[in-house]
Amino acid sequence: MLNLNGIGKRFGGLTALDGISFNVGKGSITGIIGPNGAGKTTLFNIATGIYPPSCGAVLLEGKDISKLPPEGRAHLGLVRTFQNIELFGKMTVLENVMVGLHTQSKSGMFACAFRMPWQMGEEKRIRARAQELLEFVGIPELADVEAGTLPFGKGRLLEIARAMALEPKLLLMDEPAAGLNSSETAELADLIKRIRDLGITVALVEHDMDLVMDICDQLVVLNLGTMLAEGTPREIQDNQAVITAYLGEE
Amino acid sequence: MKSDKLKFFAFCLAVLLAPLPLSGSYLTNVLVFVGVNSILALGLNLLLGFAGQISLGQAAFFGLGAYGSGVLTSVYAFNPWVAMVVVALAVAAFAFAIGFPVLRLKGHYLAMATLGVGVIANIAFNETVDLTGGPSGLSGIPNLAIGSFTFDTDLKNYYLVWGFALVMILLSLNLVNSRFGRGLRAIHDSEVAARVMGVNARLMKVQVFTLSAFISAIAGSLYCHVMTFISPTSFGFNTSVELLTMIVIGGFGSVYGSILGALLLTMLPEILRTFNDYDIIVYGLLLVVMTIYMPGGLVKGVPALFRRLTPKKAKEGANA
Repeated sequence: MLNLNGIGKRFGGLTALDGISFNVGKGSITGIIGPNGAGKTTLFNIATGIYPPSCGAVLLEGKDISKLPPEGRAHLGLVRTFQNIELFGKMTVLENVMVGLHTQSKSGMFACAFRMPWQMGEEKRIRARAQELLEFVGIPELADVEAGTLPFGKGRLLEIARAMALEPKLLLMDEPAAGLNSSETAELADLIKRIRDLGITVALVEHDMDLVMDICDQLVVLNLGTMLAEGTPREIQDNQAVITAYLGEE
Repeated sequence: MKSDKLKFFAFCLAVLLAPLPLSGSYLTNVLVFVGVNSILALGLNLLLGFAGQISLGQAAFFGLGAYGSGVLTSVYAFNPWVAMVVVALAVAAFAFAIGFPVLRLKGHYLAMATLGVGVIANIAFNETVDLTGGPSGLSGIPNLAIGSFTFDTDLKNYYLVWGFALVMILLSLNLVNSRFGRGLRAIHDSEVAARVMGVNARLMKVQVFTLSAFISAIAGSLYCHVMTFISPTSFGFNTSVELLTMIVIGGFGSVYGSILGALLLTMLPEILRTFNDYDIIVYGLLLVVMTIYMPGGLVKGVPALFRRLTPKKAKEGANA
């Protein structure tokens, strides 16, 4: 599904990532883990086109997308959520999801200004679909609330609903459990599995090891910008290099 | 949705009836300019209030519209309606062309670039004496007319200008509550997130910038035909700042707020004539006070103030 090929990233003299190569299997849940500063978020930003890699290529379904801007990647089905939740705070919860349906609709400036009949039909479909997605993540009752006033956990669910609106093939989640309490995290684990069951490939950066071990099929471990290990959760748990990176040497 | 239609209908009715009690007094004349300023403020609000992209050069597009129509009709004897359309399209094309490089900039840099456009345009109005008459102005611009019906009184001009304003208000209301408008507001709140959601931020910013220029140019054409005389002072930096003040006072990101701001700020100098050259200081003070105490403008600030004065209701509202 997603191939990262020798990705490197330098910020000035600092090497944030060096020679990262792995493959996110179609239909899987892949976890990317590693200590703070390992380069996980940088890797996400490169995968989604927030900034370009210094070297290497990003391939989605075999197609090189390294040069595409974020909106171009979104149209191909590569969508992400953010670590600190990037909602459209002054818009309602429903409107946030409706923005997510941007790629699924096409009314332009003139059609919108003049309320063309087909634009009205499209608008109705967008609204209905957005409501469905809020139900999918379990917050339909919050539709008309201003998104900026949501508690963190609900905001996270909204962000997932908004991402799902793009009908992604691959959903990248940057620390989805950060800031959630244990019952919210359990709900999230369930939600991510339901997303996978819809046939959507999921890749996530996460610190919560219980969550990662519970839901991931495959793990990639980064440390100081390099690949430390790759394998199933069980293999990773027994990997000596990983244990050393996390717990330090004896 | 129903209440939106009702609101617009009520507003149309108010516009229709407003001049009646004034019975042709000087105030009707002022209300004509409130109309022109409303169109301009609306144009800027779409760009700044909704898409979050500042422009300190709106007076340039306003002036290009006015001088375009003025010169074409008075010097080249164009039909004024044809001139209006041609000029508006030309100004839009110009905005579209400069939009791509200019809107790559953000914040202060964007403000500086648009300010530059405004200053350059004003210098051009002053210096191209052969075409525009330079600082002494351009006169002999005909009134607009439909057949033998000429818009030559304040009352006729009032309905002319407000007819245009109402159409633009309706189109703007449609726009902001649609896919396009949501895209703009998303860019305003978080451009990165909007782009990740597949919103083509670069193109949409240029589109709304172009639209805003188009609207300003129409306002310029109307203005020149209403005045029949124009001079560069009407299209300077002060005008751009006034427009900015209008939307900050009326309501940032609110269609009706633009109108309220235009109304207040057009009436204010008429009432406070004594400020004369110091009006820019008053505008500055208003801008500072409003952004600190009522960042949403009067249309959002006043209801919020009421909610604060009745704290119980506010809490129920938040939980609903």
